[in-house]
Amino acid sequence: MPLPYSEIVMEHFRNPRNVGRIEDPDAKAVEGSPSCGDMVAVYLMVDEESQRITDIKFESYGCASNIATGSIITELAKGKTIGEAKTITWKDAADALGGLPPIKTHCSVLAVDGLRAAVENYEERHGLVKEREATTVEVIKKRLKHVMNPVVGLDVVRTNLVKGIEVSDGTVRVELDLREDHQFAASMSEEIREKLEPRWDVQHVEVVFVG
Amino acid sequence: MFENAVYLDNAAATRMDERVLEAMTPYFFDKYAVATSQFGYSLGVDARDVLDEARTEIAAVLGGDPETFVFTSGGTESSNLALKGVAAALGDKKGRHLVVSAIEDFPVLHSARSLERQGFALTTLPVDADGRIDLDQLRDAIRPDTILVSIQTANQEIGTLQDVGAIAEIAHKKGTLFHTDATHSFTRVPLDVRAVPVDLVTVSAHTLHGPKGIGGLYVRQGTPIRKWMDGGFQEFDLRPGVENIPGAVGFARAVALVTPEETARLQGMRDALVERLLGIPDTQLNGHPQHRLPHNANISFRFVEGESLLLHLDMRGFAVSTGSACFSRSLEASHVILGIGGNHERAHGSVRFTFGRYNAAGDVDAVAQAIAEVVAELRRISPLGKR
Repeated sequence: MPLPYSEIVMEHFRNPRNVGRIEDPDAKAVEGSPSCGDMVAVYLMVDEESQRITDIKFESYGCASNIATGSIITELAKGKTIGEAKTITWKDAADALGGLPPIKTHCSVLAVDGLRAAVENYEERHGLVKEREATTVEVIKKRLKHVMNPVVGLDVVRTNLVKGIEVSDGTVRVELDLREDHQFAASMSEEIREKLEPRWDVQHVEVVFVG
Repeated sequence: MFENAVYLDNAAATRMDERVLEAMTPYFFDKYAVATSQFGYSLGVDARDVLDEARTEIAAVLGGDPETFVFTSGGTESSNLALKGVAAALGDKKGRHLVVSAIEDFPVLHSARSLERQGFALTTLPVDADGRIDLDQLRDAIRPDTILVSIQTANQEIGTLQDVGAIAEIAHKKGTLFHTDATHSFTRVPLDVRAVPVDLVTVSAHTLHGPKGIGGLYVRQGTPIRKWMDGGFQEFDLRPGVENIPGAVGFARAVALVTPEETARLQGMRDALVERLLGIPDTQLNGHPQHRLPHNANISFRFVEGESLLLHLDMRGFAVSTGSACFSRSLEASHVILGIGGNHERAHGSVRFTFGRYNAAGDVDAVAQAIAEVVAELRRISPLGKR
C-alpha cells in the first residue's frame, strides 16, 4: 500500500498491543486533549520491590502514528524498571517502528510523553521524588516543548510562538504571538494550562495573546 | 487493489464513463487538429464546429447562450479566472472589495486571499451551524466599491446548498457581480441562469464521470472580465491555450449522461446511509439536513479520529474522506467544519461519503456495517467516551 507509514507502523496500528485501561493502576497519565487533537492515556502496574513495570496499558484517541507509538512504547517499557522506562525517547519509539513520517512527529511524541508522565506520577505517589524542582522559565520552556503549534505541527517554542514567559509567586504568564480570535487560540491556551497547572508550585496560569 | 472496492469519494474524483471515452477517442487519433482559424484547412474547421457543439450543449444545461461558456482546465482555473479576471477588469474602475463565504473551496478562498495580498479588501462572511450564510449580513457587507460576491452553490465537504437565487438578487440589487462555484452541484442540482441572475458559474467535468482536466466558466454576456493568463486569443480571448477538444467533447457527453432519475437513485442511497450511520451513538450529521447535495453525506463520529477510521476502512476496501487535521496535508482541521462552529474534535472525527454512478444499493449496507465495526473498535481503544 502506498501509505507514508512503514509496515511495522501499520502492523501496530492494525493490532495494537496492550490496549485498554488498568483499574486501580499504580500510576497513570493522560497527555493531549480532544480539543487540540490527539490524546493518549497510559496506565502502569509496578512491582514495588524491583521497581519493574509488570503491566502497562494504553488508550489512544488519534491517528495511525499515535496508535502505533502507543503500542510500541508499551512493548518497550514492559519489564523495564521505571528508571529505564523514563529514558525511552521518541527516537527509540520511532526506530522500533521502522521510522515515522516527520509531519506526524507531534502525534507520536504524545505517547512517549504519556509514558514518562505515568512514571513521574508513580514516583510522586510513592515518594520517590527526592527534590521537587522549582518552576523556572527554563522548566516552563521544557514543558511547552510538548505543546504543538497546530498550524505547522511543531512545538510552540521551536516555532517562536511563545513571545515571553514570566514566573512570580506561583503565577505563570505565557505570551503567545497569536491573535485572540485565531482558530487555535482557545485549544492552545487550554493545552498550555494543562501542562503547567499540575506543577506543585504553580497556582495560576495566564495565557496572553499578543499577536 | 481490492476486487470489490467500494468507492465513496465521488466529490474528489469520479470513475469516467466508458461512453465518455468513446465520444472522446476520435479527437485524439483521427480528428486531432485544433481550431486555429475559421478560414483554415477543413480539419481545423471541423474542430471548431465540434468545440462549439460541446460548448452549446453544456451552456444549454445552464440555460445560457453558447458564447457565454468558456472552457478551462477545471474548476480551480475557472474560479481563478472569475475572481482574478473581474478584479483585473474592475479593480481600477469600480473598486477593490470582494465578498466570499468562510467555507468556500480553496480555488475561491485562496484567489480571494491572493487578491487581498495585492491590496484588495476582502469580507469573509461567516456561516450558520448548517453552513448557510446570513442574507442580511451579505446585504450589509456589499459596499459601493464591491466588485464581486463569490458564494458557492454547494459545499465541497458538508454538501450544504446556499440560497443562490436570493444571493444573486441581493448582489444585483446592490449593483455588484455574482460568481458561484457550482463544481459539486452542476447537473445534480439545477441552476438556470435565465431564472437566477448569476454572472459567473464555475463547473468541472471530473465530478460527473467526465475526464479530469476540463472545466468551464459561464460568463454572462457583457460581464466585465479580463483574462489573467497570457497567450493567444482562444475562448473569446478569456482563456488562452490550445483547446482541449477531446476534453470538451467528453465534458459535453458526461453532462448529457446525468439524468434526474440517476440523481434520485444516489439520493436514495445517501438517505439510507445517513439513517444507518446516525443509528450509531454519538454521531452527528454535518451540513444542512434538507438543503444539501443529493449525493453527499458528512458525519462526525465522536471519540474517534478520522485518519484512523479512514485507514481501517481502506484496509476493508472502502474509500472515503475526512476533515481531520491528521489527514490533511497542512495538518489543519477542515475550515468548513470549524466554519460551521464545530470544534477540532468534530472535525477530527468527520467523514465524508459521496455517491456516484457506479455505486450500487449493496454499498450502503457494506459501508454502514464496516463503519459500525471500525468505530466500535476505535472507541474501544479510545480514552474518551467511556463513562
